[in-house]
Amino acid sequence: MLAYAVKRIGLGLLILVLVMVAMYAAVFLVPGDPATVALGPRATPELKRLLIERMGLDQPVWWQIVEFFRNALTGNLGYDVWSNRPVSTLVMEALPNTLILGLTALTVALVIGVPLGCLSVMRRGTLADAVIGVLSVGVIAVPSFVVAIYSLLLFAVTLRWLPAIGAGEAGDIASQAKALIMPAAAIALGWIGYIARMVRASMMGVMGEPHIRTARSFGLPEWKIVSKYALRIAIIPTISLVAVGLGSILSSAVFVEAVFARPGIGKLITDAVNTRNYPVVMGTVLIMTAIYVSITIAADLLIARLDPRVRDVFRG
Amino acid sequence: MSGSLAASDLSVRYETPHGSVHALRHVDIEAHPGEVIGIVGESGCGKSTLVTALANLLPANARVDGSIRYNGIDLAKLDARRQRLLRGDEIALVSQDPMTAFNPVLTIGDQLVDFQHHRKDLGRAQKRARIAAMLGRVGIADAELRMDCYPHELSGGMRQRVAIAAALLTDPGLLIADEPTTALDVTMEAQIIHLLRALRSEYNGIIIVVSHNLGVIAELCDRVYVMYAGEVVEGGEVDAIFHDARHPYTQALLACDPARFHERLDRLPTIPGSLPNLTQPPSGCVYAPRCACAFAPCGSVAPPLVKLSASHRARCHAVTP
Repeated sequence: MLAYAVKRIGLGLLILVLVMVAMYAAVFLVPGDPATVALGPRATPELKRLLIERMGLDQPVWWQIVEFFRNALTGNLGYDVWSNRPVSTLVMEALPNTLILGLTALTVALVIGVPLGCLSVMRRGTLADAVIGVLSVGVIAVPSFVVAIYSLLLFAVTLRWLPAIGAGEAGDIASQAKALIMPAAAIALGWIGYIARMVRASMMGVMGEPHIRTARSFGLPEWKIVSKYALRIAIIPTISLVAVGLGSILSSAVFVEAVFARPGIGKLITDAVNTRNYPVVMGTVLIMTAIYVSITIAADLLIARLDPRVRDVFRG
Repeated sequence: MSGSLAASDLSVRYETPHGSVHALRHVDIEAHPGEVIGIVGESGCGKSTLVTALANLLPANARVDGSIRYNGIDLAKLDARRQRLLRGDEIALVSQDPMTAFNPVLTIGDQLVDFQHHRKDLGRAQKRARIAAMLGRVGIADAELRMDCYPHELSGGMRQRVAIAAALLTDPGLLIADEPTTALDVTMEAQIIHLLRALRSEYNGIIIVVSHNLGVIAELCDRVYVMYAGEVVEGGEVDAIFHDARHPYTQALLACDPARFHERLDRLPTIPGSLPNLTQPPSGCVYAPRCACAFAPCGSVAPPLVKLSASHRARCHAVTP
């Protein structure tokens, strides 16, 4: 298990490096010199040279990458081109909002999606199963920004129940929670469908296994068979899906945060890309990749924890 | 509490997109407390359907006619909840394949505690103590330690012992062992048979053993039902079936058992032909197409159940009392 964890973490670090190399390549492939874009066409050559030097753009690309990682290891992710504030501070300010949004959305999706999947299995072939199936596919098909815009129109503009923008008053939990409802629902909705479908599909396979018949032959109630005997096995593919999905949850947070003008990583990246604020883009992508890689590793370790057979494969 | 079991005129058919499969037709069997009943026949003859029907575990596409009475109660007339409560309390099943019979992600102890859910009077610690005692009784050393193992950490023979222990823990009046030794090697098979023999002397409910292995049946059972293509073709005391078989199918089956050969044969004997298509069961005797003794009525008239002695019956035109 320890060797397995070490191997997974090493692989994760490699992915981080590759992503950043790809990011640098992307920056240099995009037309327009960052300094010109940042300062505008009428900047003096002196000012431009100053900025180029400060951003390290006169160095070879490979050196810039090495420099970036060397700084990153000491916690220095560079400085915002405009405000000159450290990128690490900007990210740390924005990150909690995004994490709260993503985790709330995910929790809601799991809390609703998993029982819906189980219900589908227990009532397989009935109207309830069909309704859950159709609704699941429906909500998967609707992009989260569409949900965001329409819920904004309905609940904020027409009904005026919920705030349209922002993350709520600082220090006021109730107002923060209210501001969280719509963005979280916009992200969670599709995932409820995904998770319900996934749980149903893998659960149907598990319910046909002989050990379920054993549990039935001992007269265990159906809800217990589903929730304990089948779910513990059926949840494993769902954990992998959710881990991979967290990446897309964080990227859909980019749109949703933009729609609700909610401070967060998504908004930070959108704004930084629009203003060609490369140090901020780089730093934020690094942090997001690191989070994503850690979640994937955590999911793999959780699966090993849940399934003793996987655990034993890595013990030897 | 133990009572008698009687299935009368029991038929089961499976509705499939290709028509209904008549897996069981007009089966009559009975069993009394203290008896060990054997059910024997080749693959696909309906053995498993029969015990699945007795344990009330048939899939949703199965249609059942006739009755199963246990202790005077017609099982088909009970509602789903009462049927469920009977399972694992009065009726316990030792399933076919010990490799897959247990949940792979829960420990043996965890599952066996759950299986005692009928015993509301016992706490978790008491249930675990019962498990340890029962595992010891079925011959598992270090029972306390084994309880915290996952199924894949035990050998096949050990898992089959655990499966038997699980069934015995519920104090069933009816214990059904469906092919209890088929998935095991010969040494393990001998050990499990030994264990079941030892158990029958201290157990006073009904045991039903299903097997296609005549040796297992002869070792364990008091009475035997021989099944072919969904019908019971012959039934009687073990001695009568093994030494005075009257139905041509039973005779052919015995002639094919390698354990009963007395001299070296160049070819293994077989029964020519194959099982009839159960979507359209024949109107006459099911065995007629493969039977060496078949004559005029066999192809068109269903044979009667001929009473040969107090307990010996055969369903054949050629048999006379």
